[in-house]
Amino acid sequence: MNTTKEKLIKLLFAAAAFSSLALLAGIIIVLFREALPVFSFVSPLAFLGGESWYPTAEPPEFGVWPLIAASAWVTGIALVICVPLGVGSALYLHELAGPRQRAALKPVIEVLASIPSIIYGFFGMTVMAPFMQEAFGLPIGLCALTAGVILGVMATPTVASIAEDALGYVPRSFREASFALGANRWETLVKVIVPAAGSGISTAVILGMSRAIGETMTVLMVAGGAAVVPSSVFDPVRPMTAAIAAEMGEAAVGGEHYHALFAIALALFLVTFVFNIAAELISRRYRLKLGLAR
Amino acid sequence: MLSTAIENPEARPPSGPVTVNAGSTAEGETTGFEPKMSARGVNFYYGPKRALKDISLDLPPRMVTAIIGPSGCGKSTFIRLLNRMNDLVPDARLEGEILLDGFDINRPACDAADLRKRVGMVFQKPNPFPKTIFENVAYGPEVNGLRDRLALEERVENSLRRAALWDEVKDRLRESALGLSGGQQQRLCIARCLAVEPEVLLFDEPCASLDPISTAKIEELILDLRRQYTIAIVTHNMQQAARVSDRTAFFLMGEIIEVGPTGRIFKAPRDRRTEDYITGRFG
Amino acid sequence: MSRRDVFQKAGFGLLWLCMAANIVFLGAILWFIAVRGLPAISWEFLTAAPRDAMTAGGIAPAILGTLYLTLGAVLVALPLGVACAVYLTEYSPKGWAVNAIRVSVNNLAGVPSVVFGLFGLAVFVKGAGFGVSILSGSLTLAMLTLPLIISASQEALVAVPQSVREASLALGASRWETIRKVVLPAALPGILTGVILSVGRAAGETAPILFTAAAFYLKGYPDSVFSEVMALPYHIYALMTEGTHPEAQTRIAYGSSLVLLALVLAMSMLAIYIRQRQRRTYHA
Repeated sequence: MNTTKEKLIKLLFAAAAFSSLALLAGIIIVLFREALPVFSFVSPLAFLGGESWYPTAEPPEFGVWPLIAASAWVTGIALVICVPLGVGSALYLHELAGPRQRAALKPVIEVLASIPSIIYGFFGMTVMAPFMQEAFGLPIGLCALTAGVILGVMATPTVASIAEDALGYVPRSFREASFALGANRWETLVKVIVPAAGSGISTAVILGMSRAIGETMTVLMVAGGAAVVPSSVFDPVRPMTAAIAAEMGEAAVGGEHYHALFAIALALFLVTFVFNIAAELISRRYRLKLGLAR
Repeated sequence: MLSTAIENPEARPPSGPVTVNAGSTAEGETTGFEPKMSARGVNFYYGPKRALKDISLDLPPRMVTAIIGPSGCGKSTFIRLLNRMNDLVPDARLEGEILLDGFDINRPACDAADLRKRVGMVFQKPNPFPKTIFENVAYGPEVNGLRDRLALEERVENSLRRAALWDEVKDRLRESALGLSGGQQQRLCIARCLAVEPEVLLFDEPCASLDPISTAKIEELILDLRRQYTIAIVTHNMQQAARVSDRTAFFLMGEIIEVGPTGRIFKAPRDRRTEDYITGRFG
Repeated sequence: MSRRDVFQKAGFGLLWLCMAANIVFLGAILWFIAVRGLPAISWEFLTAAPRDAMTAGGIAPAILGTLYLTLGAVLVALPLGVACAVYLTEYSPKGWAVNAIRVSVNNLAGVPSVVFGLFGLAVFVKGAGFGVSILSGSLTLAMLTLPLIISASQEALVAVPQSVREASLALGASRWETIRKVVLPAALPGILTGVILSVGRAAGETAPILFTAAAFYLKGYPDSVFSEVMALPYHIYALMTEGTHPEAQTRIAYGSSLVLLALVLAMSMLAIYIRQRQRRTYHA
């Protein structure tokens, strides 16, 4: 009909599509631009390996190791919770739940995923922390363990739904072949289906981990906030995200503290970026392996 | 899959009288009309795979041309070339020309949308839009610029009448087309096609997913329409070809084996492979 | 019972426990928030502004602020996201550029929300000079929801059968007419689901608005897009971590949490409902 008009419209759509690319590029550029000045006053080694984080002291110290360690601890605890729970739930939905049960249970997972992190944080602060304090006889319930448990619960739906998708891709013929060889359902599940879905499940775990490490409000409220390298799970900690959220409000724009916080954000971004790319590559290979090229 | 020997009709071993593809003078069975559409030396490739080999075929005006052949022989691919539906296929390539009233439909100046208004298509599976019955039929005229409400209603009614669907749906024009039965949906798709007032109608196995009664209705409809439109129908059902068509072309492995008046093709096929196919020895 | 059967029983029992844990968590969160939040809820709580140093009164400004921020975010992200999805599915299914866009959409979805907050701070608040405002907050939230809307729209568009597109093209409609009049309407419920889910997500996000839009307490309501606002999630955070009357503030925080939770859950229920209704469209 009117080919010029059609071309113009296509161009418009293309521009919109490239906006997401531009946004990602923008984030990367902004993070680097605001983060790199930090190395004019701390060396990369002192920044990443330094054990004291006193950004407002005189003179300030910018060693982010305590924050990194805190993130690692909290994420590690979260993984201990969310991997078995998430994968277990996915297996339950895939193998044991009938269509009606699935219809009722999938929304449970979805709703759990849609609860805002501030609510999890609030719940952790008001319900979970006093409970932990009582249960373990702690001076204060806000600690790495409490934060990790809550993060684990938060990441469970992510792991569960992605793992369930991965299980769904396993061809029926695998099951049938295993049954035909005399295996029972549990053996088929553990020895055939789970290994076949293995890389899909690892994608789920990676994305769950990515979710946990980037989570902010929960750890800000529940982790306790002490910027000290933890020595036990009951120590209060200050993960990277919590440090950014708590301190950015007070940091003067363009000051050393501001750049240091951006540098933490950059590190955080790079870690999650690597996780996401890894997850994407693994799941792509997985689809290819099962002949599901898209 | 790539056959190395490019077969061309003249080079074929003379098994009885030579069969020539085109409805041209060479065949000795001219239709007596300028063809409405014609394909000249068409080769079509999906990536490296050659799906159509040197096809030449005419669609005489106001006649039904049936295209038969076993599945995978390229008949659907061919008919989709006639209104450029294969433009959407990535990595596909066309050689040769396809003419409508003597003009190449793939020339740069020819807009695909304009072409498709003149050459309508009914697909294998009924594909109504998830809209009301009225909106489905009104869609074509609307995108082609008919805005007047009354004219639109008239066009919809006419089209539905010509598709023999009016009496069944006149009281439920505002209901979803997806509520119709499969056969009704297919006749709706035909009505939708007619509403654009095309000159050529292409049917790509229109009854493939229908029951025998619906199939009979569609065939009746095609017979009704054939004096007003130039029609091509792809079918794997030989009785259907015999019932509705004036001329039949037999495709095999991307080639035209034989083409001629339907009666003759079915009663006295000249090529052994045609005979084998219509007598059910393969396919 | 053989050893193998015992294993199977135990294994299935374990899986059942995992699933049950989800239900217990969900139940516990809903229960505590509902039971402790309900007493705080009253007509005044929903419609009045805070009083007496945040120890009494209502949370209306925070509810309103969240609505503004969310609405603003959707206004920006919806057209952009749907357009991006249309390009990816309808115009350009192959090629390196499209691959790059896909990868970046997937990655954006995984960027921590606090990083979006910093981006908003550097680009909108400081760079563009919008200051801490509804505008900056909405734009930041829009960036965050963009990948959600793109992937939901893409899924909805891909679900529209190819045959419907062909039917439209075969009637002489152009590509754009086909998209506008057939494909988008057919994909609408799916797109809507995605939009609703991202509204829920945007309404509950705190970290991105921390430095771009939110204020703990404001006198009066915002009067332009350049005003700071109160917002529900930030309000909860602030009540729990700032201020001088923990007892009274915790009560209000429970009430606010209940309101926020109800808002977000209503959104996801609605989305689930639309999606289940939509499943039937092409199987009628």
